[in-house]
Amino acid sequence: MAETLIRVTMVLYFIGTMLFLIYLLRRSDFLSKGALAVAGLGFVFHTFANLARTINLGHIPIMTFQEAMSFFAWTLVLVFLGVALKRGLYVLGAFLLPLAFLSLVSARIAPTGTAAFQPVFETVWVHVTLSMLGTVGFAVAFVAGIMYLMQDRMLKSKQFNTLYVKLPPLDFLDSLNQRSILLGFPFLTLGILTGSLSAHMSFGSYMSWNSEQVWALVTWVFYFAVLLGRVTVGWRAKKAAYLTIVGFAAVILTFVGVVLKNQGPVSL
Amino acid sequence: MNIIVVGLSHHTAPVELRERLAVPESRMGEALTRLVSYSSVKEGMFLSTCNRVEVYAVVSNWEVGLTQVQDFLVSTHFSLTVDELFPHVYRYVDDATIRHLFRVSSSLDSMVLGEPQVLGQVKDAFELTLAHRTSGVILNKFVKKAISVGKAVRTQTRIAEYAVSVSYAGVELAKKIFSSLKDQTVLLVGAGEMGKLAARHLVNSGVKQIMVTTRNTHRALNLAEQFNGTVIPFEDFRSALPKADIVICATGAPYYVISTDDIQAAIRQRMNRPMFLIDISVPRNIDPAGKDVDNAFVFDIDDLKTHVGQNQEERRKEADKAEDLVKDEVDVMLSWIRGLEATPTIVALRQRAEEIKRAEVSKVLSRLEHISPKDQEAIEGLASAIVNKLLHGSLVTLKSEAQSKNGFAFIEAARRFFDLAEPDRTEESTSTIQEFQSLKTDRVGPGESSLPHQGLLENVKSQVNEHES
Repeated sequence: MAETLIRVTMVLYFIGTMLFLIYLLRRSDFLSKGALAVAGLGFVFHTFANLARTINLGHIPIMTFQEAMSFFAWTLVLVFLGVALKRGLYVLGAFLLPLAFLSLVSARIAPTGTAAFQPVFETVWVHVTLSMLGTVGFAVAFVAGIMYLMQDRMLKSKQFNTLYVKLPPLDFLDSLNQRSILLGFPFLTLGILTGSLSAHMSFGSYMSWNSEQVWALVTWVFYFAVLLGRVTVGWRAKKAAYLTIVGFAAVILTFVGVVLKNQGPVSL
Repeated sequence: MNIIVVGLSHHTAPVELRERLAVPESRMGEALTRLVSYSSVKEGMFLSTCNRVEVYAVVSNWEVGLTQVQDFLVSTHFSLTVDELFPHVYRYVDDATIRHLFRVSSSLDSMVLGEPQVLGQVKDAFELTLAHRTSGVILNKFVKKAISVGKAVRTQTRIAEYAVSVSYAGVELAKKIFSSLKDQTVLLVGAGEMGKLAARHLVNSGVKQIMVTTRNTHRALNLAEQFNGTVIPFEDFRSALPKADIVICATGAPYYVISTDDIQAAIRQRMNRPMFLIDISVPRNIDPAGKDVDNAFVFDIDDLKTHVGQNQEERRKEADKAEDLVKDEVDVMLSWIRGLEATPTIVALRQRAEEIKRAEVSKVLSRLEHISPKDQEAIEGLASAIVNKLLHGSLVTLKSEAQSKNGFAFIEAARRFFDLAEPDRTEESTSTIQEFQSLKTDRVGPGESSLPHQGLLENVKSQVNEHES
């Protein structure tokens, strides 16, 4: 049941992505509502898939890498729907929806070995949830960074094409970038702390210096520097956009660390 | 006699070339005098705006005239060569020239259809021409007509409604950099018309603050009062640069008022907060290399043109209507000019004299039925002799003066003295003057007197008309 639902979700996210991409490149706005509806429908299926899984498992499905990625995608789409409905910013769908879709796909093709990780400690879901919420913040910042660089390029090269028309103003993208990091950073901090605590309770040590932990720390330090750099030395606008794109690469490497760690629980 | 135009515009030449041809107002007198010193050029006008540089001239021979006017254009700037200029230049003769200026003044040839500035610029160019006395009967009539056509097109079609002018493109661009203009500060450098217009649009869009700086402090104070802004001394406006989110540069300076270093320093002080700089001046006032500074967005007039190009298509329909209007007016103008040729005037004059003579002779002969055919012949001969003797001097003068600088004035005078005009023409020319006067009053405000001089005959005529009514 949950499997069917998640497949339908993926198909809908894919269609939504395509519609949003066409919307992005066409001058008319008529596709925006349709694409949003498809994304919304996908989100409904996604929610039911999560519910079905929760009922099956008897606990919140956020213990495995796959589940964590699914949660990430779900939150991302939730954020997008919120922003799109509140601010009419449909264009974000052309960037966030493909990211959600790719997360679901990557979760499926990642070498997870045995399908599920062993939950070492019951409260490990807190760590995963917090970390994933932090990741959602960085993902939105990453997307804002990409959009910023695209709009910057359009303005610099004086190409007043559809992309220029559809993309939001630069300072909005810059502040979206900043706010997303500001929101994601505390979650990541708490995620790392709870992860470390779970590790201590499970293995007796706070740190074991595996690739996941190292990349998580690198990510934390990086985003801390980005936030600090904005107020001290003016790492904003184009520079901030570049930095958040680099930062998100660190996030992805953390995930790779999780996958490579493979058999262990998400935390450690 | 032909009316010609040699010019280049945003359609044909890049801003780099146009700005080299621009002549500052202070040197316009010299340029105009040089223009009419060419052998073939009888009357001349220099129209130089941000988007075009055009020379209108009345010449005795169009082929020679085109070459000479082109020579004149090349020599306005020491570094120009004919080969460089040639591919960008358009040349029109007679009806094409008339059509062109009518289209220009109607904004049909503008970057933005229906934009209001160009009409004022044509008026300014005309005033300079009058002030330096390089125009004559034909150019005066022609340009005045162009101005009234421009006005008519704006009132009779809806293109003015669409007049989202180039300056407004600045607001639209600003909105792609700043989500809300309400928190932004604008710095207006210089008092150029287009710059003021752009600033006006931004103020109307609700910018937080506006700073004004011009070389002339008095002017800056005036502007600041208009926009409810503050004055920055021109000497150290660069220190205010970092405070400005939007900079509009529209001075008449022939050099870069804002350099790349200025922009770089400002961005650094702004801690990389983006800055939007609009350069509405020709020649440009912001170093084009400033475009490469990160977080600085520099747009010149050509960029704004690219921006407004997008929604111009839908305005084409109204433009077609305007084109029809222009076409009708071209025909009217053309027939007036044709009437000014010496030969048709002489023919018309002879005809008129012949008519009068014949009428008077037959009147007399009908009363003197008893006289012999020989005497009749003698009377007819007498009438012919008087008419011919009377006309002879005038015709000789007309023929010789027609070739001179004031030839057309002579012909025009002759047509009026002998009442050779078409019945509706005098009426129309008077209304053109009145229209022009009202146009002028629109712009400079009431109380301002009319033109310095606009052709003695026409002045007298309009006074007579006023008297009669």
